[in-house]
Amino acid sequence: MSEARPMSTMARVNVGLAARYRKERRFKFFGLAAIVASLMFLALLLASITAKGYTAFRQTEILLDIHLDPAVLDVNNLATANYAALVRDSVQTLFPRVENRQDKRIVAKLASTGAAYQVQDMVMNKPELIGSVKSVWVLADDEVDMFIKGHIPRNVPESERRISDQQAAWIDQLTAAGRLQLAFNTTFFQAGDSREPELAGIRGAAMGSFFTLVVTLVLSFPIGVAAAVYLEEFAPKNRWTDLIEVNINNLAAIPSIVFGLLGLAVFLNFMNLPRSASLVGGLVLTLMTLPTIIIASRASLKSVPPSIREAALGVGASQVQTIVHHVLPLAMPGMMTGAIIGMARALGETAPLLMIGMVAFIVDVPHGFSDPATVLPVQIYLWADSPERAFVERTSAAIMVLLLLLLAMNAAAVFLRNKFERRW
Amino acid sequence: MQKIARTLAAAALFAGSAASVQAADGRDYISIVGSSTVYPFSTAVAEQFGKTTKFKTPKIESTGTGGGFKLFCAGAGVDTPDIANASRAIKKSEIETCAKNGVTQIVEIKVGYDGIVLANSKKAEQMQLSRKDIFLALAKEVPSPEGGDQLVANPYKTWKDVNPTLPAEKIEVLGPPPTSGTRDAFVEMVMDHGCEEFAAIKALKSTDEKKFKAVCQTVREDGAYIEAGENDNLIVQKLEANPKSLGIFGFSFLDQNADKIQGSAIDGKAPDFEAIAEGKYPVSRPLFIYVKKDHVGKIPGIAEFLAEFTSDRAWGEQGYLAEKGLIPMPKDEQKAVAADAKALKALSGKE
Repeated sequence: MSEARPMSTMARVNVGLAARYRKERRFKFFGLAAIVASLMFLALLLASITAKGYTAFRQTEILLDIHLDPAVLDVNNLATANYAALVRDSVQTLFPRVENRQDKRIVAKLASTGAAYQVQDMVMNKPELIGSVKSVWVLADDEVDMFIKGHIPRNVPESERRISDQQAAWIDQLTAAGRLQLAFNTTFFQAGDSREPELAGIRGAAMGSFFTLVVTLVLSFPIGVAAAVYLEEFAPKNRWTDLIEVNINNLAAIPSIVFGLLGLAVFLNFMNLPRSASLVGGLVLTLMTLPTIIIASRASLKSVPPSIREAALGVGASQVQTIVHHVLPLAMPGMMTGAIIGMARALGETAPLLMIGMVAFIVDVPHGFSDPATVLPVQIYLWADSPERAFVERTSAAIMVLLLLLLAMNAAAVFLRNKFERRW
Repeated sequence: MQKIARTLAAAALFAGSAASVQAADGRDYISIVGSSTVYPFSTAVAEQFGKTTKFKTPKIESTGTGGGFKLFCAGAGVDTPDIANASRAIKKSEIETCAKNGVTQIVEIKVGYDGIVLANSKKAEQMQLSRKDIFLALAKEVPSPEGGDQLVANPYKTWKDVNPTLPAEKIEVLGPPPTSGTRDAFVEMVMDHGCEEFAAIKALKSTDEKKFKAVCQTVREDGAYIEAGENDNLIVQKLEANPKSLGIFGFSFLDQNADKIQGSAIDGKAPDFEAIAEGKYPVSRPLFIYVKKDHVGKIPGIAEFLAEFTSDRAWGEQGYLAEKGLIPMPKDEQKAVAADAKALKALSGKE
């Protein structure tokens, strides 16, 4: 029995060694498995979004020979001319054999209602075109687009798809004549929201996000840094500062909708700021990101070694000079990283904006801080809830754009940290 | 560093003051709030209106009917919304709130109908349901299957248990949560009716209306009815993945996804455009917009917006709203409503 004769230390180590190696391998394996699993989910998410969304970056267009009829286009009154009729006539001339009134209407619907605005822009920019016949690629209707992209299947009974056999035949006829093409979807990046999927774009929401984030950054960064510097460098350590610290940490964990309610009560009802404006959105998101920035800034101030402060004070610098000339510049990379991460969180936020009216249908691209605006995540939410099938791919495409922006911001944070951070 | 901070703070203050000045001198666009069911229709009108007139495109928030009225009735000033979308008629209590806050002249405009459908995947068979079947399948408490007037916790597991002519599939219905207007309408139009087929419960209506409502409108919570959120697209996707379940949502989603899902016939009528328009399909509800009469003239374009909404090219049988899934009213009714809208005939306050 082992109890009878005590083992040497080496022997005891050797007995347990295999088990210890196994344990270490298991530990490593679990860690690796966790990372592989999370990467797999990420890949799955990205793949499904990309697979659904990439088609939205291309849009079906129809080549029309539009006769810019001087009888319809009065040079003195170009803004109110009937451009829709020009488009309708030119689609109908492509199908001379369609005579029945009802069918003619359906034929005219192959082109998007947005085609008329395209023609209008063209004529208003170049009035000398009037009288000529101009070949232009105009947007196709969203259902034609879905059909071309294969999102409306051919092999189901006619009653079950939004494109009838007759329409399918017309579309095939256009394809055969080379009058249909898939082109890069510029509308998606240039337009505001629309109820017609082919006319809907993310420009409005992107500008709204931009204005909102500018307000958030301009307010939350200086306030956050100032608060952190005071708490870290000047404030006495007592029960009050402890209380403040606990509260700041608490605020960082509060559900964001609460900040929305606060914003509704204070900014809209009390201060009478305009509803749905990116200014108010920015104010609400400032409240939300402040704790994050304060915590990150304090951490980076703490990491500046005391020797720097002592050296500065030692050669006769005042406390303010010490902080402004030496401590702050050294802590800045960490503070900026914190700010960017806070901004990235603010960019993805929808819940607090619901309360202040930024979950809204807004067609016009905002031009200032007080224009009604919406933001990217809200646009995604609104499109995801729309019945039209063409919005499915646009939703995914907007998600891709949002993810890219987030990636860029986080990459910037990593870059700043690596470039400027100093280790002691 | 200090300089930068000072400049930034000054810029922020400036932006703030500029905005409050703007807020004081009023809006030049129409502000609309309310139901997410009416949202797709009023947005379509708003967009058309913005593109074809000299006015700015109205701003439309999707807040839900109740939330919309709350904002709408909050005051009479131009900082409150001009129009509320609603998927039900305004309640008496809401009119009172409005009146208390100075909103006394409200114009009600009925814009059309919306059907609510019970649908399943095309991979399964179309269901033939009666409202009584649906009540028995979804209510929390039902009359005992053994007979008698006693109410028992819902014992039915499969559709066959409810009605022997139905398939022996597990009851599984995906639908909106209680906060949704669609759910309110569904409960009122389907469950209440199914409920009234039982004499004992019907008798309750006159004696104890509260109890009647509790019995008829409480949906079971044992997993047969699954609250699937307000996103109807999500329900459609779930139905496709699980052909054995049914879903409850608005007609426009059935219309857009007719290659994937089919509507169940209710009381012998399948939900299609004609049946709903003619009022033969039993589960359809009117949609409304409510306008503050005092704002007409103060905010530019309200009268013109109403004219666009009530024009034939918008809400007509061939109009662009029909294409979005709005079921138009009969021609005569449309004419009457359009005339009232033009005259801005305010609610009398009785209802």
